[in-house]
Amino acid sequence: MPNLAISVNDLSKKYGEALAVSHTNFQVPLGTICGFVGPNGAGKTTTIRMLLGLITPTGGTGQILGEPITSPEKYLPQVGAMIEGPAFYPALSGAENLRVLATLGGFPQERVDQLLKQVGLADRGKSKYKTYSLGMKQRLGIAAALLPDPKILILDEPTNGLDPEGIQEIRQLLRSLADKGTTVFVSSHLLSELELISEYIVMLRKGEVVFAGPIQELFDQQQPYMIVKTENIGDLEKIMAIAQSAGHHAHIRDGAAHIEGPPDWAGTLNKLAFEAGILLTQLSPQLPNLEETFFEMTGEQK
Amino acid sequence: MIRSIARIFFAEWRKLRRPTLLLGTLGAVAFFSVLVSSLLFLMIDSPNGNGDRGIRITREMLSLPSGATQAFSSIGNLLGIIALCVFAAQTAQEYSLGTLRNLLVRQPGRIRLLVGKLASMKVFAIFMTLVSAVISIGVSYALAGGKDVNTTLWFNADGRLEIAKTLLNVFISILGFGIIGMVLGILLRSPISSISLGVLWLLIVENIVGAVKSSTLQWLPGNQLGTIAVGGTETISYTHALSLSGLYVGIALIIATVLFTRRDVAN
Repeated sequence: MPNLAISVNDLSKKYGEALAVSHTNFQVPLGTICGFVGPNGAGKTTTIRMLLGLITPTGGTGQILGEPITSPEKYLPQVGAMIEGPAFYPALSGAENLRVLATLGGFPQERVDQLLKQVGLADRGKSKYKTYSLGMKQRLGIAAALLPDPKILILDEPTNGLDPEGIQEIRQLLRSLADKGTTVFVSSHLLSELELISEYIVMLRKGEVVFAGPIQELFDQQQPYMIVKTENIGDLEKIMAIAQSAGHHAHIRDGAAHIEGPPDWAGTLNKLAFEAGILLTQLSPQLPNLEETFFEMTGEQK
Repeated sequence: MIRSIARIFFAEWRKLRRPTLLLGTLGAVAFFSVLVSSLLFLMIDSPNGNGDRGIRITREMLSLPSGATQAFSSIGNLLGIIALCVFAAQTAQEYSLGTLRNLLVRQPGRIRLLVGKLASMKVFAIFMTLVSAVISIGVSYALAGGKDVNTTLWFNADGRLEIAKTLLNVFISILGFGIIGMVLGILLRSPISSISLGVLWLLIVENIVGAVKSSTLQWLPGNQLGTIAVGGTETISYTHALSLSGLYVGIALIIATVLFTRRDVAN
Protein backbone atom coordinates (compact mmCIF):
# COMPACT_ATOMS: atom_id res chain seq x y z
CA MET A 1 0.00 0.00 0.00
CA PRO A 2 1.60 3.30 -1.02
CA ASN A 3 1.83 5.97 1.65
CA LEU A 4 1.42 8.69 -0.92
CA ALA A 5 -1.96 9.60 -2.29
CA ILE A 6 -0.58 11.74 -5.09
CA SER A 7 2.93 11.97 -6.42
CA VAL A 8 3.87 14.16 -9.36
CA ASN A 9 7.30 14.23 -10.96
CA ASP A 10 8.32 16.77 -13.55
CA LEU A 11 4.76 16.90 -14.86
CA SER A 12 4.27 19.29 -17.76
CA LYS A 13 1.54 20.26 -20.17
CA LYS A 14 2.07 22.37 -23.24
CA TYR A 15 -0.68 23.83 -25.43
CA GLY A 16 1.12 24.77 -28.63
CA GLU A 17 3.95 26.98 -27.43
CA ALA A 18 2.24 27.91 -24.16
CA LEU A 19 3.42 25.96 -21.13
CA ALA A 20 0.37 25.55 -18.86
CA VAL A 21 2.17 23.36 -16.31
CA SER A 22 5.95 23.30 -16.15
CA HIS A 23 8.01 20.47 -14.60
CA THR A 24 5.78 20.23 -11.55
CA ASN A 25 6.87 18.16 -8.57
CA PHE A 26 4.84 17.55 -5.41
CA GLN A 27 3.63 14.79 -3.16
CA VAL A 28 0.51 14.47 -1.05
CA PRO A 29 0.55 11.94 1.81
CA LEU A 30 -2.44 9.68 2.36
CA GLY A 31 -5.12 10.87 4.76
CA THR A 32 -4.28 14.57 4.65
CA ILE A 33 -6.11 17.62 3.42
CA CYS A 34 -3.98 19.36 0.85
CA GLY A 35 -4.81 22.84 -0.37
CA PHE A 36 -3.97 23.52 -4.00
CA VAL A 37 -3.58 27.25 -4.53
CA GLY A 38 -2.44 29.62 -7.21
CA PRO A 39 -3.67 32.65 -9.13
CA ASN A 40 -6.05 32.21 -12.06
CA GLY A 41 -4.21 30.63 -14.97
CA ALA A 42 -1.49 29.17 -12.73
CA GLY A 43 -2.20 25.65 -13.99
CA LYS A 44 -4.28 24.22 -11.14
CA THR A 45 -7.14 22.90 -13.25
CA THR A 46 -4.77 21.62 -15.94
CA THR A 47 -2.87 19.68 -13.25
CA ILE A 48 -6.13 18.27 -11.85
CA ARG A 49 -7.26 17.25 -15.35
CA MET A 50 -3.97 15.39 -15.86
CA LEU A 51 -4.38 13.63 -12.51
CA LEU A 52 -7.83 12.46 -13.61
CA GLY A 53 -6.74 11.23 -17.02
CA LEU A 54 -8.79 13.83 -18.87
CA ILE A 55 -5.80 15.33 -20.63
CA THR A 56 -2.46 13.79 -21.54
CA PRO A 57 0.70 15.27 -20.04
CA THR A 58 3.34 16.39 -22.53
CA GLY A 59 6.09 15.48 -20.07
CA GLY A 60 6.83 13.95 -16.70
CA THR A 61 5.00 11.33 -14.69
CA GLY A 62 2.48 11.07 -11.90
CA GLN A 63 1.08 8.43 -9.62
CA ILE A 64 -2.19 8.25 -7.75
CA LEU A 65 -2.39 5.60 -5.05
CA GLY A 66 0.79 4.20 -6.58
CA GLU A 67 -0.72 3.78 -10.03
CA PRO A 68 0.54 5.80 -13.02
CA ILE A 69 -1.73 8.56 -14.25
CA THR A 70 -1.42 7.04 -17.71
CA SER A 71 -3.65 4.19 -16.47
CA PRO A 72 -6.56 6.08 -14.88
CA GLU A 73 -8.80 2.98 -14.91
CA LYS A 74 -6.58 1.52 -12.15
CA TYR A 75 -7.18 4.27 -9.60
CA LEU A 76 -10.27 6.26 -10.63
CA PRO A 77 -12.72 3.78 -9.01
CA GLN A 78 -11.23 4.99 -5.71
CA VAL A 79 -11.22 8.67 -6.62
CA GLY A 80 -14.02 11.19 -6.36
CA ALA A 81 -13.72 14.45 -8.22
CA MET A 82 -15.41 17.69 -9.04
CA ILE A 83 -13.58 19.66 -11.70
CA GLU A 84 -14.32 23.20 -12.80
CA GLY A 85 -17.62 23.29 -10.97
CA PRO A 86 -20.59 20.98 -11.17
CA ALA A 87 -21.79 19.72 -14.58
CA PHE A 88 -25.04 17.77 -14.85
CA TYR A 89 -27.98 17.17 -17.17
CA PRO A 90 -30.43 20.06 -16.70
CA ALA A 91 -33.54 18.06 -17.59
CA LEU A 92 -32.86 15.32 -15.04
CA SER A 93 -33.47 15.63 -11.32
CA GLY A 94 -30.56 15.86 -8.90
CA ALA A 95 -31.19 12.28 -7.76
CA GLU A 96 -31.46 10.99 -11.34
CA ASN A 97 -28.20 12.73 -12.25
CA LEU A 98 -26.49 10.94 -9.38
CA ARG A 99 -28.11 7.65 -10.46
CA VAL A 100 -26.61 8.04 -13.94
CA LEU A 101 -23.14 8.28 -12.37
CA ALA A 102 -23.85 5.54 -9.80
CA THR A 103 -24.95 3.21 -12.61
CA LEU A 104 -21.90 4.10 -14.66
CA GLY A 105 -19.48 3.51 -11.81
CA GLY A 106 -21.27 0.42 -10.51
CA PHE A 107 -21.98 2.00 -7.11
CA PRO A 108 -25.02 1.01 -5.03
CA GLN A 109 -28.09 3.11 -5.83
CA GLU A 110 -28.76 3.51 -2.09
CA ARG A 111 -25.72 5.80 -1.96
CA VAL A 112 -27.72 8.39 -3.90
CA ASP A 113 -30.26 9.07 -1.15
CA GLN A 114 -27.59 8.90 1.55
CA LEU A 115 -25.44 11.45 -0.23
CA LEU A 116 -28.33 13.79 -1.02
CA LYS A 117 -29.04 13.81 2.70
CA GLN A 118 -25.37 14.28 3.55
CA VAL A 119 -25.05 17.39 1.37
CA GLY A 120 -28.40 18.84 2.45
CA LEU A 121 -30.37 18.16 -0.74
CA ALA A 122 -32.68 15.41 0.52
CA ASP A 123 -35.81 17.53 0.04
CA ARG A 124 -34.77 18.75 -3.44
CA GLY A 125 -33.47 15.48 -4.88
CA LYS A 126 -36.51 15.08 -7.12
CA SER A 127 -36.34 18.61 -8.51
CA LYS A 128 -34.80 19.13 -11.92
CA TYR A 129 -31.18 20.20 -11.86
CA LYS A 130 -31.99 23.28 -13.94
CA THR A 131 -34.06 24.64 -11.05
CA TYR A 132 -31.15 24.45 -8.59
CA SER A 133 -29.37 27.50 -7.20
CA LEU A 134 -25.59 27.75 -7.67
CA GLY A 135 -25.05 26.57 -4.10
CA MET A 136 -27.32 23.55 -4.62
CA LYS A 137 -25.52 22.67 -7.85
CA GLN A 138 -22.24 22.82 -5.97
CA ARG A 139 -23.60 20.50 -3.26
CA LEU A 140 -24.78 18.05 -5.90
CA GLY A 141 -21.30 18.14 -7.45
CA ILE A 142 -19.78 17.26 -4.08
CA ALA A 143 -22.32 14.44 -3.65
CA ALA A 144 -21.32 13.07 -7.06
CA ALA A 145 -17.67 13.19 -6.06
CA LEU A 146 -18.48 11.20 -2.91
CA LEU A 147 -20.34 8.45 -4.80
CA PRO A 148 -17.46 5.95 -4.83
CA ASP A 149 -16.76 6.48 -1.09
CA PRO A 150 -13.38 7.68 -2.34
CA LYS A 151 -9.92 7.21 -0.91
CA ILE A 152 -8.97 10.45 -2.63
CA LEU A 153 -11.30 13.36 -3.12
CA ILE A 154 -10.21 15.95 -5.69
CA LEU A 155 -12.24 19.13 -5.60
CA ASP A 156 -11.81 22.20 -7.73
CA GLU A 157 -13.33 25.26 -6.04
CA PRO A 158 -15.96 23.34 -4.04
CA THR A 159 -17.22 26.38 -2.14
CA ASN A 160 -18.04 28.53 -5.19
CA GLY A 161 -21.51 29.95 -4.80
CA LEU A 162 -22.03 28.70 -1.26
CA ASP A 163 -23.21 30.99 1.51
CA PRO A 164 -21.11 31.24 4.72
CA GLU A 165 -23.16 28.50 6.35
CA GLY A 166 -22.65 26.25 3.34
CA ILE A 167 -18.92 26.97 3.33
CA GLN A 168 -18.73 26.00 6.99
CA GLU A 169 -20.66 22.77 6.28
CA ILE A 170 -18.30 21.84 3.46
CA ARG A 171 -15.31 22.58 5.68
CA GLN A 172 -16.73 20.28 8.36
CA LEU A 173 -17.52 17.63 5.77
CA LEU A 174 -13.97 17.68 4.39
CA ARG A 175 -12.55 17.55 7.92
CA SER A 176 -14.72 14.57 8.83
CA LEU A 177 -13.74 12.77 5.60
CA ALA A 178 -10.06 13.36 6.33
CA ASP A 179 -10.58 12.08 9.88
CA LYS A 180 -11.89 8.84 8.37
CA GLY A 181 -8.75 8.54 6.24
CA THR A 182 -9.85 10.15 2.97
CA THR A 183 -7.19 12.25 1.28
CA VAL A 184 -8.65 15.57 0.19
CA PHE A 185 -6.94 17.56 -2.56
CA VAL A 186 -8.79 20.82 -2.82
CA SER A 187 -8.22 23.92 -4.88
CA SER A 188 -9.84 27.11 -3.70
CA HIS A 189 -9.49 30.86 -3.78
CA LEU A 190 -10.83 31.05 -0.23
CA LEU A 191 -7.39 30.96 1.32
CA SER A 192 -8.64 31.63 4.85
CA GLU A 193 -10.83 28.52 4.55
CA LEU A 194 -7.98 26.43 3.23
CA GLU A 195 -5.77 27.63 6.05
CA LEU A 196 -8.32 26.34 8.55
CA ILE A 197 -8.43 22.82 7.18
CA SER A 198 -5.25 22.12 5.23
CA GLU A 199 -2.23 20.28 6.55
CA TYR A 200 -0.42 20.41 3.25
CA ILE A 201 -0.19 23.11 0.63
CA VAL A 202 0.81 23.03 -3.01
CA MET A 203 1.24 26.52 -4.40
CA LEU A 204 1.50 27.18 -8.12
CA ARG A 205 2.58 30.27 -9.99
CA LYS A 206 2.64 30.48 -13.79
CA GLY A 207 2.61 26.69 -14.10
CA GLU A 208 5.43 26.13 -11.60
CA VAL A 209 5.32 24.91 -8.03
CA VAL A 210 6.58 27.62 -5.68
CA PHE A 211 5.89 25.62 -2.53
CA ALA A 212 4.80 22.09 -1.73
CA GLY A 213 4.81 20.71 1.76
CA PRO A 214 3.28 20.99 5.24
CA ILE A 215 1.52 24.32 5.78
CA GLN A 216 3.51 24.95 8.98
CA GLU A 217 6.72 24.64 6.99
CA LEU A 218 5.39 27.34 4.70
CA PHE A 219 4.64 29.64 7.60
CA ASP A 220 8.02 28.91 9.20
CA GLN A 221 9.64 30.31 6.08
CA GLN A 222 7.77 33.56 6.55
CA GLN A 223 8.95 36.37 8.82
CA PRO A 224 6.43 37.41 11.48
CA TYR A 225 5.88 41.14 11.81
CA MET A 226 4.02 43.65 13.89
CA ILE A 227 1.88 46.62 13.03
CA VAL A 228 2.50 49.73 15.07
CA LYS A 229 0.44 52.92 15.17
CA THR A 230 1.27 56.02 17.19
CA GLU A 231 -0.86 58.83 18.59
CA ASN A 232 1.21 61.31 16.62
CA ILE A 233 1.76 60.08 13.07
CA GLY A 234 5.08 61.92 12.94
CA ASP A 235 6.41 59.52 15.58
CA LEU A 236 6.29 56.62 13.11
CA GLU A 237 9.72 57.64 11.74
CA LYS A 238 11.12 57.45 15.30
CA ILE A 239 9.58 53.98 15.73
CA MET A 240 11.22 52.94 12.46
CA ALA A 241 14.57 54.17 13.71
CA ILE A 242 14.14 52.26 17.01
CA ALA A 243 13.32 49.06 15.09
CA GLN A 244 16.16 49.43 12.62
CA SER A 245 18.69 50.16 15.39
CA ALA A 246 17.61 46.84 16.94
CA GLY A 247 18.26 45.09 13.61
CA HIS A 248 14.65 44.73 12.41
CA HIS A 249 13.48 45.67 8.94
CA ALA A 250 10.67 48.23 8.98
CA HIS A 251 8.63 50.33 6.62
CA ILE A 252 5.62 52.61 6.79
CA ARG A 253 2.43 51.62 4.98
CA ASP A 254 -1.17 52.79 5.33
CA GLY A 255 -0.40 55.06 8.30
CA ALA A 256 1.34 52.33 10.31
CA ALA A 257 4.84 50.99 10.78
CA HIS A 258 5.32 47.39 9.69
CA ILE A 259 8.22 45.89 11.59
CA GLU A 260 9.58 42.43 10.93
CA GLY A 261 10.36 40.57 14.11
CA PRO A 262 9.20 37.85 16.47
CA PRO A 263 6.02 38.49 18.48
CA ASP A 264 7.96 38.45 21.78
CA TRP A 265 9.90 41.57 20.71
CA ALA A 266 6.66 43.57 20.95
CA GLY A 267 7.20 44.09 24.73
CA THR A 268 10.71 45.46 24.14
CA LEU A 269 9.44 47.80 21.43
CA ASN A 270 6.66 49.04 23.71
CA LYS A 271 9.22 49.78 26.43
CA LEU A 272 11.62 51.54 24.03
CA ALA A 273 8.76 53.65 22.62
CA PHE A 274 7.63 54.63 26.12
CA GLU A 275 11.19 55.64 27.03
CA ALA A 276 11.34 57.76 23.86
CA GLY A 277 8.09 59.50 24.87
CA ILE A 278 6.01 57.94 22.08
CA LEU A 279 2.45 56.87 22.82
CA LEU A 280 1.49 53.72 20.92
CA THR A 281 -2.18 53.36 19.95
CA GLN A 282 -1.73 49.96 18.32
CA LEU A 283 0.88 47.24 18.67
CA SER A 284 -0.27 44.03 16.99
CA PRO A 285 2.07 41.11 16.37
CA GLN A 286 1.05 39.38 13.11
CA LEU A 287 1.74 35.75 12.38
CA PRO A 288 2.00 34.88 8.70
CA ASN A 289 -1.25 33.64 7.21
CA LEU A 290 -1.90 31.82 3.97
CA GLU A 291 -3.29 34.85 2.22
CA GLU A 292 -0.30 37.08 3.00
CA THR A 293 2.07 34.26 2.16
CA PHE A 294 0.24 33.55 -1.08
CA PHE A 295 0.54 37.15 -2.23
CA GLU A 296 4.18 37.25 -1.28
CA MET A 297 5.13 33.99 -2.92
CA THR A 298 3.09 34.33 -6.07
CA GLY A 299 3.83 38.00 -6.55
CA GLU A 300 0.11 38.71 -6.89
CA GLN A 301 -1.35 42.11 -5.99
CA LYS A 302 -3.55 42.16 -2.92
CA MET B 1 -15.37 -5.46 -20.00
CA ILE B 2 -18.93 -6.59 -20.82
CA ARG B 3 -20.05 -5.62 -17.34
CA SER B 4 -18.68 -2.10 -17.69
CA ILE B 5 -20.26 -1.71 -21.14
CA ALA B 6 -23.56 -2.85 -19.63
CA ARG B 7 -23.22 -0.20 -16.92
CA ILE B 8 -22.56 2.48 -19.55
CA PHE B 9 -25.56 1.20 -21.53
CA PHE B 10 -27.93 1.52 -18.56
CA ALA B 11 -26.48 4.90 -17.51
CA GLU B 12 -27.10 6.21 -21.03
CA TRP B 13 -30.56 4.67 -21.03
CA ARG B 14 -31.45 6.72 -17.93
CA LYS B 15 -30.85 9.82 -20.03
CA LEU B 16 -32.62 8.52 -23.11
CA ARG B 17 -35.77 7.50 -21.28
CA ARG B 18 -36.45 10.92 -19.80
CA PRO B 19 -40.02 11.87 -20.71
CA THR B 20 -39.24 15.02 -22.69
CA LEU B 21 -36.85 13.18 -24.98
CA LEU B 22 -38.67 9.86 -25.19
CA LEU B 23 -42.19 11.22 -25.59
CA GLY B 24 -41.00 14.08 -27.80
CA THR B 25 -39.20 11.70 -30.14
CA LEU B 26 -42.02 9.18 -30.21
CA GLY B 27 -44.46 12.04 -30.82
CA ALA B 28 -42.46 13.09 -33.87
CA VAL B 29 -42.17 9.48 -35.03
CA ALA B 30 -45.93 8.98 -34.64
CA PHE B 31 -46.71 12.23 -36.45
CA PHE B 32 -44.60 11.40 -39.51
CA SER B 33 -45.80 7.79 -39.54
CA VAL B 34 -49.45 8.83 -39.56
CA LEU B 35 -48.84 11.64 -42.06
CA VAL B 36 -46.92 9.64 -44.67
CA SER B 37 -49.13 6.54 -44.35
CA SER B 38 -52.33 8.57 -44.59
CA LEU B 39 -51.16 10.57 -47.62
CA LEU B 40 -50.21 7.36 -49.43
CA PHE B 41 -53.76 6.02 -49.20
CA LEU B 42 -55.81 9.22 -49.17
CA MET B 43 -54.08 10.53 -52.33
CA ILE B 44 -54.16 7.20 -54.16
CA ASP B 45 -56.25 8.67 -56.98
CA SER B 46 -54.41 11.99 -57.14
CA PRO B 47 -52.97 12.80 -60.60
CA ASN B 48 -49.99 14.38 -58.77
CA GLY B 49 -49.05 11.03 -57.29
CA ASN B 50 -49.17 9.73 -53.75
CA GLY B 51 -45.52 8.83 -53.16
CA ASP B 52 -42.18 10.50 -52.79
CA ARG B 53 -41.47 13.17 -55.47
CA GLY B 54 -44.79 12.61 -57.29
CA ILE B 55 -44.39 8.86 -57.79
CA ARG B 56 -47.69 7.02 -58.20
CA ILE B 57 -48.16 3.96 -56.04
CA THR B 58 -51.19 2.16 -57.40
CA ARG B 59 -53.80 -0.09 -55.75
CA GLU B 60 -52.17 -3.05 -57.45
CA MET B 61 -48.79 -2.23 -55.95
CA LEU B 62 -50.32 -1.73 -52.51
CA SER B 63 -52.13 -5.07 -52.77
CA LEU B 64 -48.82 -6.94 -53.03
CA PRO B 65 -47.27 -8.62 -49.93
CA SER B 66 -45.06 -5.49 -49.62
CA GLY B 67 -48.14 -3.24 -49.47
CA ALA B 68 -48.32 -3.21 -45.67
CA THR B 69 -44.83 -1.69 -45.41
CA GLN B 70 -44.94 0.58 -48.46
CA ALA B 71 -45.60 3.64 -46.32
CA PHE B 72 -43.34 2.53 -43.50
CA SER B 73 -40.30 2.10 -45.77
CA SER B 74 -40.76 5.58 -47.22
CA ILE B 75 -40.74 7.08 -43.70
CA GLY B 76 -37.15 5.79 -43.35
CA ASN B 77 -35.53 9.11 -44.29
CA LEU B 78 -37.63 11.09 -41.82
CA LEU B 79 -36.98 8.59 -39.05
CA GLY B 80 -33.30 8.76 -39.96
CA ILE B 81 -33.25 12.52 -39.52
CA ILE B 82 -34.94 12.16 -36.14
CA ALA B 83 -32.33 9.56 -35.16
CA LEU B 84 -29.53 11.82 -36.38
CA CYS B 85 -30.83 14.63 -34.17
CA VAL B 86 -31.18 12.38 -31.10
CA PHE B 87 -27.77 10.72 -31.48
CA ALA B 88 -26.04 14.04 -32.21
CA ALA B 89 -27.68 15.80 -29.27
CA GLN B 90 -26.98 12.96 -26.85
CA THR B 91 -23.33 12.91 -27.83
CA ALA B 92 -22.59 16.61 -28.25
CA GLN B 93 -24.37 17.60 -25.04
CA GLU B 94 -21.71 15.75 -23.05
CA TYR B 95 -19.25 18.34 -24.34
CA SER B 96 -21.51 21.38 -24.18
CA LEU B 97 -22.78 20.60 -20.66
CA GLY B 98 -19.32 19.58 -19.47
CA THR B 99 -20.69 16.21 -18.31
CA LEU B 100 -18.14 14.25 -20.36
CA ARG B 101 -15.54 14.82 -17.66
CA ASN B 102 -17.89 13.25 -15.06
CA LEU B 103 -18.45 10.27 -17.35
CA LEU B 104 -14.73 9.82 -17.99
CA VAL B 105 -13.86 10.02 -14.31
CA ARG B 106 -16.35 7.25 -13.63
CA GLN B 107 -15.52 5.32 -16.81
CA PRO B 108 -12.06 6.14 -18.14
CA GLY B 109 -12.22 3.48 -20.88
CA ARG B 110 -13.15 5.82 -23.71
CA ILE B 111 -13.81 3.18 -26.36
CA ARG B 112 -16.00 1.30 -23.89
CA LEU B 113 -17.87 4.52 -23.17
CA LEU B 114 -18.47 5.08 -26.86
CA VAL B 115 -19.57 1.47 -27.42
CA GLY B 116 -21.95 1.54 -24.43
CA LYS B 117 -23.49 4.85 -25.48
CA LEU B 118 -23.93 3.63 -29.05
CA ALA B 119 -25.51 0.37 -27.86
CA SER B 120 -28.01 2.29 -25.76
CA MET B 121 -28.89 4.61 -28.62
CA LYS B 122 -29.26 1.58 -30.92
CA VAL B 123 -31.96 0.24 -28.61
CA PHE B 124 -33.60 3.64 -28.73
CA ALA B 125 -33.49 3.43 -32.56
CA ILE B 126 -35.03 -0.07 -32.47
CA PHE B 127 -37.80 1.31 -30.29
CA MET B 128 -38.38 4.17 -32.74
CA THR B 129 -38.49 1.73 -35.66
CA LEU B 130 -41.01 -0.58 -33.98
CA VAL B 131 -43.30 2.26 -32.94
CA SER B 132 -43.23 3.70 -36.43
CA ALA B 133 -43.87 0.27 -38.00
CA VAL B 134 -46.86 -0.45 -35.77
CA ILE B 135 -48.41 2.97 -36.39
CA SER B 136 -47.71 3.00 -40.11
CA ILE B 137 -48.96 -0.53 -40.78
CA GLY B 138 -51.96 0.10 -38.51
CA VAL B 139 -52.91 3.31 -40.34
CA SER B 140 -52.34 1.63 -43.73
CA TYR B 141 -54.59 -1.28 -42.75
CA ALA B 142 -57.27 1.03 -41.42
CA LEU B 143 -57.31 3.13 -44.61
CA ALA B 144 -56.88 0.29 -47.12
CA GLY B 145 -60.48 -0.90 -46.93
CA GLY B 146 -61.91 2.53 -47.66
CA LYS B 147 -59.67 2.88 -50.72
CA ASP B 148 -60.38 -0.57 -52.20
CA VAL B 149 -56.88 -1.87 -51.54
CA ASN B 150 -56.81 -5.62 -51.12
CA THR B 151 -54.91 -6.59 -47.95
CA THR B 152 -55.21 -10.38 -48.32
CA LEU B 153 -51.49 -10.79 -49.08
CA TRP B 154 -50.23 -8.37 -46.42
CA PHE B 155 -50.06 -10.80 -43.53
CA ASN B 156 -49.50 -14.17 -45.23
CA ALA B 157 -46.03 -15.77 -45.11
CA ASP B 158 -44.69 -13.53 -47.91
CA GLY B 159 -46.24 -10.47 -46.30
CA ARG B 160 -44.72 -11.24 -42.91
CA LEU B 161 -41.33 -11.75 -44.57
CA GLU B 162 -41.71 -8.35 -46.27
CA ILE B 163 -42.54 -6.76 -42.90
CA ALA B 164 -39.45 -8.35 -41.30
CA LYS B 165 -37.21 -7.30 -44.21
CA THR B 166 -38.49 -3.73 -44.15
CA LEU B 167 -38.11 -3.53 -40.38
CA LEU B 168 -34.48 -4.60 -40.71
CA ASN B 169 -33.79 -2.25 -43.62
CA VAL B 170 -35.39 0.74 -41.92
CA PHE B 171 -33.49 -0.07 -38.74
CA ILE B 172 -30.16 -0.27 -40.62
CA SER B 173 -30.97 3.02 -42.31
CA ILE B 174 -31.95 4.74 -39.04
CA LEU B 175 -28.83 3.41 -37.37
CA GLY B 176 -26.67 4.78 -40.18
CA PHE B 177 -28.23 8.21 -39.85
CA GLY B 178 -27.86 7.99 -36.06
CA ILE B 179 -24.18 7.08 -36.25
CA ILE B 180 -23.59 10.02 -38.58
CA GLY B 181 -25.27 12.20 -35.94
CA MET B 182 -23.08 10.73 -33.22
CA VAL B 183 -19.93 11.33 -35.27
CA LEU B 184 -20.99 14.94 -35.95
CA GLY B 185 -21.61 15.35 -32.21
CA ILE B 186 -18.08 14.19 -31.43
CA LEU B 187 -16.53 16.29 -34.18
CA LEU B 188 -18.38 19.52 -33.50
CA ARG B 189 -19.03 19.14 -29.74
CA SER B 190 -22.17 21.26 -29.97
CA PRO B 191 -25.73 19.90 -30.30
CA ILE B 192 -26.93 22.86 -32.36
CA SER B 193 -23.99 22.80 -34.77
CA SER B 194 -24.04 19.03 -35.27
CA ILE B 195 -27.81 18.85 -35.78
CA SER B 196 -27.82 21.88 -38.09
CA LEU B 197 -24.99 20.59 -40.22
CA GLY B 198 -26.49 17.09 -40.43
CA VAL B 199 -29.99 18.23 -41.32
CA LEU B 200 -28.72 20.91 -43.69
CA TRP B 201 -26.64 18.36 -45.56
CA LEU B 202 -29.34 15.71 -45.78
CA LEU B 203 -32.33 17.89 -46.57
CA ILE B 204 -30.81 20.68 -48.60
CA VAL B 205 -27.31 19.99 -49.90
CA GLU B 206 -27.97 16.43 -51.09
CA ASN B 207 -31.24 17.47 -52.75
CA ILE B 208 -29.65 20.40 -54.57
CA VAL B 209 -26.61 18.41 -55.66
CA GLY B 210 -28.85 15.50 -56.72
CA ALA B 211 -31.16 17.81 -58.69
CA VAL B 212 -28.24 19.50 -60.49
CA LYS B 213 -26.42 16.25 -61.28
CA SER B 214 -28.49 13.13 -60.76
CA SER B 215 -25.48 10.78 -61.11
CA THR B 216 -24.17 12.05 -57.74
CA LEU B 217 -27.17 10.46 -56.02
CA GLN B 218 -25.33 7.17 -56.31
CA TRP B 219 -22.62 8.50 -54.01
CA LEU B 220 -24.35 10.82 -51.56
CA PRO B 221 -24.47 9.25 -48.06
CA GLY B 222 -27.99 10.33 -47.10
CA ASN B 223 -29.38 9.00 -50.35
CA GLN B 224 -27.67 5.64 -49.79
CA LEU B 225 -29.21 5.33 -46.33
CA GLY B 226 -32.63 6.27 -47.69
CA THR B 227 -32.21 3.66 -50.42
CA ILE B 228 -31.49 0.98 -47.81
CA ALA B 229 -34.78 1.80 -46.04
CA VAL B 230 -36.80 1.18 -49.22
CA GLY B 231 -34.78 -1.94 -50.10
CA GLY B 232 -33.16 -0.45 -53.20
CA THR B 233 -34.45 1.67 -56.09
CA GLU B 234 -34.47 1.42 -59.88
CA THR B 235 -31.30 3.51 -60.10
CA ILE B 236 -29.42 2.40 -56.97
CA SER B 237 -29.23 -1.23 -55.95
CA TYR B 238 -29.69 -2.31 -52.34
CA THR B 239 -26.22 -3.90 -52.30
CA HIS B 240 -24.57 -0.75 -53.61
CA ALA B 241 -26.35 1.41 -51.04
CA LEU B 242 -25.56 -0.98 -48.21
CA SER B 243 -21.88 -1.36 -49.02
CA LEU B 244 -21.30 2.34 -49.70
CA SER B 245 -23.18 3.35 -46.54
CA GLY B 246 -21.15 0.82 -44.57
CA LEU B 247 -17.98 2.36 -45.95
CA TYR B 248 -19.05 5.93 -45.13
CA VAL B 249 -20.27 5.06 -41.65
CA GLY B 250 -17.19 2.91 -40.97
CA ILE B 251 -14.77 5.69 -41.96
CA ALA B 252 -16.74 8.24 -39.93
CA LEU B 253 -16.72 5.93 -36.90
CA ILE B 254 -12.98 5.37 -37.12
CA ILE B 255 -12.32 9.13 -37.28
CA ALA B 256 -14.70 9.78 -34.40
CA THR B 257 -13.22 7.00 -32.27
CA VAL B 258 -9.67 8.24 -32.78
CA LEU B 259 -10.74 11.78 -31.90
CA PHE B 260 -12.79 10.70 -28.89
CA THR B 261 -10.04 8.57 -27.42
CA ARG B 262 -7.11 10.90 -28.07
CA ARG B 263 -8.56 14.36 -27.69
CA ASP B 264 -8.00 16.17 -24.39
CA VAL B 265 -11.16 16.85 -22.43
CA ALA B 266 -10.35 20.41 -21.62
CA ASN B 267 -13.76 21.96 -21.03
